[in-house]
Amino acid sequence: MSTTTTTTGAPKTPRTPTPKRSLPGTARVSTKVSGRPGFYRSYSQELALFNTRPKQVAVAAVVLLGLLGPFVLEDALLRTLAIAFVFAIGALGLNIVTGLAGQVSLGHAFFLGVGAYTAAAISGDPEGRTIGFGIEEMWIWLPASGLVAAAFGVAVAPLATRLRGLYLAIVTLGLVFIGEHVFREWSDLTGGAGVGRSAATPQLFGFDFSEGTEMFSREQQLYLLMFVLMLIFALGARNLARSRVGRAFSAVRDRDMAAEMMSIDLPRTKALAFGISSFYAGCAGGLLYTVSGFFDPASFNLLLSVQFIAMVLIGGAGTVGGTIAGALFVSLLPTLTRELPAFIPLISQQVTETPNVFQVEQILYGLLIVVFLLFEPRGLFGIWMRIRIYWKSWPFSY
Amino acid sequence: MSTFLEAVVRGLGTGSVYALLALGFVIIYKATSVISFAQPALMLSGAVVTSYLVPAMGVLLFTGFSFFFSVAIAAIITAALALLIERLAIRPMVGKAVFVVAIITLGIDIAVRVVVNGFIGLGARPIGFPWGLDRVTVLGLDVQIRHLVMMGTVALVITALYFFFQRSKYGLAMRAAALDQEAAMTMGVSVGGVFALSWAIAGGLAAIAGSLLATGAGVDRQLWIVALVALPAIILGGLDSLEGAVIGGLLIGVAEALVGTYQRQYAPWLGDNVALVAPYALMLAVLLVRPYGIFGTAEVRRV
Repeated sequence: MSTTTTTTGAPKTPRTPTPKRSLPGTARVSTKVSGRPGFYRSYSQELALFNTRPKQVAVAAVVLLGLLGPFVLEDALLRTLAIAFVFAIGALGLNIVTGLAGQVSLGHAFFLGVGAYTAAAISGDPEGRTIGFGIEEMWIWLPASGLVAAAFGVAVAPLATRLRGLYLAIVTLGLVFIGEHVFREWSDLTGGAGVGRSAATPQLFGFDFSEGTEMFSREQQLYLLMFVLMLIFALGARNLARSRVGRAFSAVRDRDMAAEMMSIDLPRTKALAFGISSFYAGCAGGLLYTVSGFFDPASFNLLLSVQFIAMVLIGGAGTVGGTIAGALFVSLLPTLTRELPAFIPLISQQVTETPNVFQVEQILYGLLIVVFLLFEPRGLFGIWMRIRIYWKSWPFSY
Repeated sequence: MSTFLEAVVRGLGTGSVYALLALGFVIIYKATSVISFAQPALMLSGAVVTSYLVPAMGVLLFTGFSFFFSVAIAAIITAALALLIERLAIRPMVGKAVFVVAIITLGIDIAVRVVVNGFIGLGARPIGFPWGLDRVTVLGLDVQIRHLVMMGTVALVITALYFFFQRSKYGLAMRAAALDQEAAMTMGVSVGGVFALSWAIAGGLAAIAGSLLATGAGVDRQLWIVALVALPAIILGGLDSLEGAVIGGLLIGVAEALVGTYQRQYAPWLGDNVALVAPYALMLAVLLVRPYGIFGTAEVRRV
């Protein structure tokens, strides 16, 4: 059969591949991106960290904008943004376990608390009222807080391998309540309810970021520190997603049984997901309160977990850029709602009057989750995708 | 011995309210296979409606009539609210991932609770329970009347629910839909109607539970946390078992009361208020042994 086709077919001219357009899978794959965007010519190109030119440009632009921030924005906003960047680190952690590995966790606040107290204890004053070891260097307490939280995450993971879906959600919810209780009662470590303790000192090689210098104010320094740290953690998350482990996570999320058939070790993968996610949460916890300098054991409640879920879902589950956008959005929401009374006279600034800004803010949390899930389940990232696809295929939008 | 028995009675009282809440969760779960995290908000709104209705009604007929009558009306109002929520936010999500729907209910819970909190005010609102914290001696045991009222009311409601599910047309439809939605649909059961009905029933149950819980200290902004104690109860009993919900609720209530009574004496190093987290600790312990609860059906995995 094959011989007939060759003889009856058109005379075959051997096509030598031009150096610029090599076929996928061949040795000569140019890593340079050019031509039609979104058209991958090799697996390695598809899996590349920043796989298209627009993405490279966009990331560079965002990083530049972020670095410009401290020189244009006011200190109050910088402070909010610094906290938002830490929240983004925590949200990236939740994104790994929920968005990437598909394991529903309502217990993120607990891991955040573990990290916060580890960091505070290591860096705390040994002579003080609460437990402290006096090691103020950040390169010690930051990884340590992450690792302790990760250890708790791995300890919880056996439950995740036995339970699925909503059972797991409820169990992780129980974790928050038990954690809240322990934090409240262990006053030697946490200072006790309503009192709290001082947070870790953000000191790196002798330089304390929380003390302003002649050149920069305290807020500018903290902003830059948190921004750079967030970039590092985001790069880590993005890298994880394209690695062997990350793809195993997605396989477990999409269909755990099929993943098992492909010889992905479920208990190990889920433990890893919880561990890495808790590492992120622990680091975020350690960093979060360095901005305010003080924290209370009541901070690590269910609402904090829900906030993280809101960040991931509003941003876009499973995506790094979306999660960061969601974290910034949710963290800046209070700043936005504070401005509302100027436009809507019905809303009051006072806590004692009924339609006040704080109530509006909380209702917005709830409603935004609902609205996003109802109308755009892919979150902010989904909206971005739609805009992109619209312009990419314009004017042929069908 | 009497300390022990009194603790058990106290536990059975609050436990029966947990059972009621747990039933709400399980009814919604069986119909829609979603856990509704909006139950705390519904419970709170039921209690608040009762707290407004009782003083408005004044004293009617006999002691306590206005309270029970208000609870019944509050249950209907809350059921209507639950229907509204189901219609607006849950129905469009039929067929989507259960986790997503569960998170939607979480969002609704936050939003509704803020609105309800506005009606509570900063302190606790008295609910108008005629006996307050009065005690009575039954069989030599010193118990609070409110715990007896809880047990009685819940027993009544559960009996009514039993007859509803076993004898009525709608109960049959709900059981059919829980068993197999498509088969029920071909038999002419309106599955959408079953969803709505399950939310309404759960809302009504939550309202009754909230009103009963508030008989002690009144309605305050922290009351909603109690509704989450029903989650360990349903996990303990199994997510899809109505009997399990009742037994799980009672077990959790008794465990909580016993821990509250004896922990200071035997394990003071655990700190104060351990009773509040005892349900969650018990849940974790049971799950390590039986991942699908005591009465729940294990998930069958098909390859």
